Amino acid sequence: MAALALRFGAERWIRPLAHLACALPLAWLAGRAALDLLGANPVEAAIRFLGDWALRIALLALAVTPLRQVTGFSGLARYRRMLGLWGFAYAVLHLLGYVVLDQFFDWDTIGHEILKHKFITAGMAAFALLLPLAVTSTQGMIKRLGGPAWRRLHRLVYLAVPLAALHYIWMVKAGRTQPSIYLAIALLLLLSRWVYARRR
Amino acid sequence: MLIRLPDPIRPSEITPPSAYLSRRQLIAGAAAFGLLPAGAVLAEAFPNLRKSDYKVDEALTSQKDVTHYNNFYEYGLDKEDPSANAPGKLKTRPWTIKVGGECAKPGTIDIDALIKESAIEERVYRHRCVEAWSMVIPWAGVPLADVLKRFEPNSNAKYVAFETLFDPAQMPGQRSGGFAWPYKEGLRIDEAMHPLALLAVGLYGEALPAQNGAPLRLVVPWKYGFKGIKSIVKITFVETRPQTLWNLYSSREYGFYSNVNPAVDHPRWSQAKEHRIGEFGRRPTLPFNGYAEQVAGLYAGMDLKQYF
Repeated sequence: MAALALRFGAERWIRPLAHLACALPLAWLAGRAALDLLGANPVEAAIRFLGDWALRIALLALAVTPLRQVTGFSGLARYRRMLGLWGFAYAVLHLLGYVVLDQFFDWDTIGHEILKHKFITAGMAAFALLLPLAVTSTQGMIKRLGGPAWRRLHRLVYLAVPLAALHYIWMVKAGRTQPSIYLAIALLLLLSRWVYARRR
Repeated sequence: MLIRLPDPIRPSEITPPSAYLSRRQLIAGAAAFGLLPAGAVLAEAFPNLRKSDYKVDEALTSQKDVTHYNNFYEYGLDKEDPSANAPGKLKTRPWTIKVGGECAKPGTIDIDALIKESAIEERVYRHRCVEAWSMVIPWAGVPLADVLKRFEPNSNAKYVAFETLFDPAQMPGQRSGGFAWPYKEGLRIDEAMHPLALLAVGLYGEALPAQNGAPLRLVVPWKYGFKGIKSIVKITFVETRPQTLWNLYSSREYGFYSNVNPAVDHPRWSQAKEHRIGEFGRRPTLPFNGYAEQVAGLYAGMDLKQYF
């Protein structure tokens, strides 16, 4: 069905639509902020919202390959980089929100939190792992690194996304259901890759 | 122990009574024209309300933020949940509080009688949540000690235990697992008898909104906010340290004392600074939330890193 849609030139409008869909949460956040609808603690609300979407989009990116393997529809692969970069963009804004709006460049406190508080440690580690992936996401970088080395490097995402979910689980006082679902999805997606790789 | 009051209030610091008054007149007017249901006479919530010298010299957090950014897990985990869910569900009248345990005169408190017969004070306190945000709130209430003394606690009364209403029909959050409902809190007897400890029945000159713990809640301004148990139905004088809900949930994170202490980090986050709701950035957190002069003596000789 999807293959059929592609044959009729659907790719031309799927890509812009996918970009639009990824930008939508950001537009929603900007709108809520402009209308002062983020509540009593707008900084916290914005940071959490951005973190939620970073994780959701990262999970979508992580789902591309298993979905392709299950459906046999290879056309999905072309959306993987786009989703990965959108997820990274939300992660950058999430981190900037913490550093600029929440801590206001208080590097002493930020350093202390990275060392002493495991949910910040996990979040920072996840971001540090994603950074080289974003930098090497261009066609030029893939060529320069060579396919196998590039693929090996990009396996870091298997560590980064579960770490991001763990960052969320360790952050909440109670109500671990939602973050646990995210972690479960991440692990399931990794498991499906592993199962698929062993079958081949 | 010598109790020092805060500095006298400068008239300029007081929220202009006209602000309350105009609101009250508006509500009274609305009631007169039948725009409000009978019984919703907020206008005369506390005819005997008087300003107290217990007042911090800092800008008040807006009434909207105080009443729309709440932790009250009986009504949901998000800060906006209590204001959305509690007002329609919590029935605050009739309401009685059972007082018993190690005392000569166990009995009950009727909330209306308490409000009518007590001199209700307005006290402006800092409020510091364990999650590192804070507010400044004009509470209306009665010193806890005044209420407790009526029941004549005996010498076995080393602690005071408090309990919230348990009624999942009114408090749907109590249906969810993970917590040892009902909410329980406790104080050492000398903490409970400290003049700063308040039983609040209102804020901003009005009856306590459901989401803030109507009709009666505890306010202990030198401790993290979760010690301020809401919608109290039971007070018991006990000899041994009572169990508390958050301590049962995670004793590593929530100690019995839970005094505001910038030097002792919560395992999850730093306590050195706080985000004052309505402000940008973070300000330093003060030992005992700025009430060290009044309460530090209660903990003389105690290792506050151990007894966090």
